Amino acid sequence: MANTDPCVVVLQLTGGNDYVNTVIPYTNPLYRDNRPAVGIPDNNIIHLDGTYGIPDYMAPMKAFWDEGKMAICHGVGWKESPRSHFRAMDIWHTCEPIKVGTEGWLGRVAREFDPKKENVVQVVSMGPSLPRALVCPGVPVACVAGPLERYGFLPQVQGNERTQVLDRFAKMYSPAIGSGPVMDYLSETAIDSLKGEDIIKVAPQKYTSTVEYPNNPIARKLKGIAQAHCADIGSRIFYCDHSTFDTHAGQNPGHSLLWKAVSEGVQAFWADLREHKHADNVVMLLFSEFGRRVHDNGSGTDHGAGGVAFVLGEKVKGGHYGEMPSMEASKLVQGDLDPNMDFRSVYSTILDKWLGLNPAPIVNGTFEKPAFLN
Amino acid sequence: MPYQDDIELMAHLMRRAGCGAGRDELEARAAKGYEATVEELLHPETQPAADPYTLLRYQPASLLPGGQPPMGNVNWLYYLVNTQRPLEEKMALFWHHVFATGNSKVDNYDQLLEQIQLFRENGMANYRALLSKVARNPTMIFWLDNQQNHGTAVNENWGRELLELFSLGAGNYTEKDVRECSRAFTGWTFETKIPRAPYGRFPWKFEYRPEDHDDGEKEFLGHKGRFNGEDILDIVVQQPACGKFICRHLFNFFVADEPQVPAWPIESPRDQKAIDTLVGVFRDSKFEMKQVLRVLFNSDFFKNARFQHMKSPAEVVVGTLRFVGGYELPKPGYGELSMNTAYMGQDLLNPPSVEGWHTGKEWINSGSLMARINFMAEKVGDTSSQGVRGIINRLKAKGSLSPDQLVDGCLDLLGPVQVGADTKQQLLSQANEWGQVSWDNGSSEVADEHVGQMLQLIVATREYQFA
Repeated sequence: MANTDPCVVVLQLTGGNDYVNTVIPYTNPLYRDNRPAVGIPDNNIIHLDGTYGIPDYMAPMKAFWDEGKMAICHGVGWKESPRSHFRAMDIWHTCEPIKVGTEGWLGRVAREFDPKKENVVQVVSMGPSLPRALVCPGVPVACVAGPLERYGFLPQVQGNERTQVLDRFAKMYSPAIGSGPVMDYLSETAIDSLKGEDIIKVAPQKYTSTVEYPNNPIARKLKGIAQAHCADIGSRIFYCDHSTFDTHAGQNPGHSLLWKAVSEGVQAFWADLREHKHADNVVMLLFSEFGRRVHDNGSGTDHGAGGVAFVLGEKVKGGHYGEMPSMEASKLVQGDLDPNMDFRSVYSTILDKWLGLNPAPIVNGTFEKPAFLN
Repeated sequence: MPYQDDIELMAHLMRRAGCGAGRDELEARAAKGYEATVEELLHPETQPAADPYTLLRYQPASLLPGGQPPMGNVNWLYYLVNTQRPLEEKMALFWHHVFATGNSKVDNYDQLLEQIQLFRENGMANYRALLSKVARNPTMIFWLDNQQNHGTAVNENWGRELLELFSLGAGNYTEKDVRECSRAFTGWTFETKIPRAPYGRFPWKFEYRPEDHDDGEKEFLGHKGRFNGEDILDIVVQQPACGKFICRHLFNFFVADEPQVPAWPIESPRDQKAIDTLVGVFRDSKFEMKQVLRVLFNSDFFKNARFQHMKSPAEVVVGTLRFVGGYELPKPGYGELSMNTAYMGQDLLNPPSVEGWHTGKEWINSGSLMARINFMAEKVGDTSSQGVRGIINRLKAKGSLSPDQLVDGCLDLLGPVQVGADTKQQLLSQANEWGQVSWDNGSSEVADEHVGQMLQLIVATREYQFA
């Protein structure tokens, strides 16, 4: 039976995505004034409406917009935005703009859903690392470094031998009487992970699809997520990222390759979910740690503040939420767009309206909730 | 056989005072003697330092503040893997655990590396002097906001952590002490940063601004006076709690896993007598770390604490790379390699918070356990690596091996590692599948492979996660 619990897919645009070249205020003369070097030419802009457009290399995103399934959250960030990648990303992950946080917002969600950690694959991170957004004491995360088929212990051992070796491994980790609490804990963890491996690895076996994903890293990660999701193994939080959007120089060719990969990957992902009738319970959030400086530097753009987030999904009410902060020189903060939507507002809507959780303890406060979900 | 005991003891010392050693090194050190080896470790200046120019030649960006993967990690990994002064580097790691400072806020890996260098140079010297240097370290000042600690507006961040995390531990001071301590450090800041353009970044420099210092009377831990920062440090190190706190950290890092630091006010140490011994040396030597370490490494409580310490990710990665060899040059791929500690839960130069990492069993979760086992198994499974060749050559010299001999030989040469009876049984069952292993008549490829596979199984055991 298809899993109908609401799920979240986060796609992190690492490095600071350039907001004003992603959602272009093409009628605003200040856009041209500020972007002599990296402005998108008029005939390369796809109009979303009379005010905003997207660059043609994001063309696949237009379909979501036309179907009313893409919410654009404008001016996201927070007031005291630091221009540091590391710090800014940390703040997005932990919802702690002042002190250094230790728990990730999605880690907290996972703990709410499954306090006894009965499902060891509830949280799936595509990539070798564990983003701080997923970190929470006692919450297991399946970090899938490569294709799902290769997930698990000792991936170098393949073929006939593998079953035998993993059987040995499981036996070595079976609880032994009197070996002490730390040894027991190790046993439990390894056995959990082995269970996770058994569950995750079968996902691709059950999966067939007519959708062809483009050959790039983010599309491969999204395909893994689609495989896991369609296998109904109870995963509810998926994380992946694409980098690096840190376009200080050579922005136009760089940004176009980055977004081409992302938007084509996202297009294939949703087509895949729809083909498997597994699209209805998914919401996808795309965010970046900050936007970039309004005035370009002659070849690229430097670190800025206010940015853009996208929320996609069958149940999403498409449209603009908030508005782009003013590009008037007097309204800029250190040359940057002044964020006018707290990033925790975006989280709060997803938590409250989609996941049915009280956002306050997860995002550390109460924030306005843009109505992109009912 | 006494000789085997010596090797086992030396292996224990090198796992703790360094990140492990291969059999050739263990034999050479055992021949030299245990106490002599301890002395050599305590005197890093007698050994050559790792060459920074080799690093810069291969990784010209390794002093840059940023980068992806972060160049700071590449830089430190090079030193950890190549050092001939294992204890110097291990003490830098120890102080990084205690004075945990992170790039999530500092955002300048070059500044963090400068702090690590401070630990290298002063980590085995006098603790009181180290505190003084750390209090003046611009990276620390920025990390704990002391540049915002003004005579007219006190910021307590550094003042509090100095007492709670760097010297006394929670419960050994009052809120008033935090306040007064912070007042004493007002005006301790760094020079205004020079703009980056056009020459790039400049290192930060400590600056004391008397006009921003609150020179009024303070009352701190029962003492009264117009204290400045140095006076506070003098009072702090005299507190009985200070020796207990630092020595418990040493015990946890070098001897055997203690509960997490926040539990220390509640749970007593697992070996009170050992802590008392160390505290006595700490006090009587007037806070000389070298003297404390000498007593620690030569003590019975240390020698007996085999496999009582869960390897940290840094110990796993560095120990494995040193063991298999071939990572002496920071070749391409070092960046990705340096991320492996982070995949296992220890992002060096970027601890999760000022409290540093939780250690012991808290290193382990489903993702991190898989990451550490897979990393080690991949490396020791490469039978062409120098370290594994060394094992194979020693095994080969014994002629053809029975399953028993194969298991024992691998356990011995990889550590010596001690495993429980159940684990041993599993290893043996696997070896039984292969039968007699021999390098005769063209079977050497298969024999090599079986050694590699046995090593992979051993590094995957529960026992191997301990040092």
